[in-house]
Amino acid sequence: MIKFEQVSKTYAGGQQALRKVDFQIEPGEMAFLTGHSGAGKSTILKLISIMERPTVGRVLINGHDLNVIGRKDIAYIRRDIGMIFQSHQLLMDKTVYDNVALPLVIEGYSHKETTKRVHSALEMVGLRDKIRNIPITLSGGEQQRVGIARAIVNKPPLLLADEPTGNLDPKLSLEIIQLFENFNQAGVSVFIATHDLGLIARMKYRTLTLKNGQMITDGLADDFQGQDTYV
Amino acid sequence: MSILFKGRLQGAQISHIGTGQRIVMFFVSHVRQALGSLGELWRSRISSMMTIGVLGLSITLPSTLYVLVKNAENISSGWQQASEISLFLAPNSSQGDINQLLKRIQLWPEIDKIHFIPADQALEEFKQLSGFGDALAYLSTNPLPNVVLVTPTERHAGPTAARLLLEKLRKEREVEIGKLDIEWLERLHAIISVAQELVSVIALLLFLAVVLIIGNTIRLNILNKKDEILVMKLVGATDSFIQRPFLYTGFWYGLLGGLLAWFAVVLLLWWMSSSVAAVSALYQKNFNLTGIDASTLLLMLSLSVILGLSGSLLSVKRYVSEIEPK
Repeated sequence: MIKFEQVSKTYAGGQQALRKVDFQIEPGEMAFLTGHSGAGKSTILKLISIMERPTVGRVLINGHDLNVIGRKDIAYIRRDIGMIFQSHQLLMDKTVYDNVALPLVIEGYSHKETTKRVHSALEMVGLRDKIRNIPITLSGGEQQRVGIARAIVNKPPLLLADEPTGNLDPKLSLEIIQLFENFNQAGVSVFIATHDLGLIARMKYRTLTLKNGQMITDGLADDFQGQDTYV
Repeated sequence: MSILFKGRLQGAQISHIGTGQRIVMFFVSHVRQALGSLGELWRSRISSMMTIGVLGLSITLPSTLYVLVKNAENISSGWQQASEISLFLAPNSSQGDINQLLKRIQLWPEIDKIHFIPADQALEEFKQLSGFGDALAYLSTNPLPNVVLVTPTERHAGPTAARLLLEKLRKEREVEIGKLDIEWLERLHAIISVAQELVSVIALLLFLAVVLIIGNTIRLNILNKKDEILVMKLVGATDSFIQRPFLYTGFWYGLLGGLLAWFAVVLLLWWMSSSVAAVSALYQKNFNLTGIDASTLLLMLSLSVILGLSGSLLSVKRYVSEIEPK
């Protein structure tokens, strides 16, 4: 599903964020990406969503080289990727309905289809009763779930999450991760960047660890437990 | 259609709707965005009204000048048609000669009608009008010549044709001096054409100002909505989708500014009509100010809409693509 081939990224100013990163995530897989802040997690997600371009190497999604995607096509690429952000990135002056409906409005769904899908997406994250609320009146966990509903509303084959549990307590975090597990069981590939080690430890999922822009471990959380390699 | 995932249906394709309905949906979404932009203007009434006011007044000035110049043209063309030739006859010509001359030129095809004013009658009139009555009685002879007023036919009333006719009349033996007073008319025409050019220059400058004002307003709108634009780009909105509401805002600014300008011009003309009537009464002319007719109004509105659109296009092209998620 996602494939990095010898990817290096150097930002303007000489800061080297990634060094020759190689990895692959299979379709239908759920994997975690972890590491210090500044280790390169965000850079990897930005390369997948084409917010940044690699300096060297190739990033492929479903076998398509992102280097050949022109500026005009980026928008269409992002429609295939459900993205979830630590800062939620919600429109604070619009209702929950409008926020979740945004990707469908952009893609030109009919009003009837939009309503149907928004309702079912909010049903999945358990916020059906908050549909007319403004995000600012919701708690952090609820806002995050609105963001998740927006990411899955057009049923993308790939979900990317950047610190989705960043500001949440362990119980809420677990609930969020269980949501991701549900989507994964429905066949969606899920790739989650997080530094919440406790959370990862409770799961038995593949975990990729970054340190100073290099991939240092890649394996099941089982092997990883107790090693705390990157500290 | 998805680029990355062949066979993944998106948007319109998923609801199995036909081409016709898709075209309808396209217009529906445009109307929705247009109304959305109008609602946006309404929500920030005060600042939108100020922008529309600036636009309206900027368009009012050249429009008013245009209407005035057009009226001046109407007046002067009316005057030109009525050009008259005065022939002053030689003092030694006898009454018989004069009668013969009158009979002769009456038959000319260029001449519509002639009016003979004998010297005695002219003196009489002059006595009455000038108030020199008694003083004139001391004159031993009548100093005024016999005069023939010649009105050319409509075809020969233009400046060049009238001048040719004058030359022909001057060749008559009895005519001492012939006068066609059209120099002042030519000067008037020259002044009007200068005024026309001035109006064009002023209009050009003000239109440029309108484009810049709208451009700047839309730029501020875009920067105010930076967060929203970022989120839209993150969930896959194309630049043109994001640009559309701003273009509609420019469209509305243009249309409303144009309507305001129209209203202002009508008001101005109404206000001026009484003083214009007083002036035309002094000249014993029946003259009405020509206002803005339907085609001028259409021109005015489409011009202001084009100005609004180009102003917003200027900003949108520059700033929407600049805002990228980082």
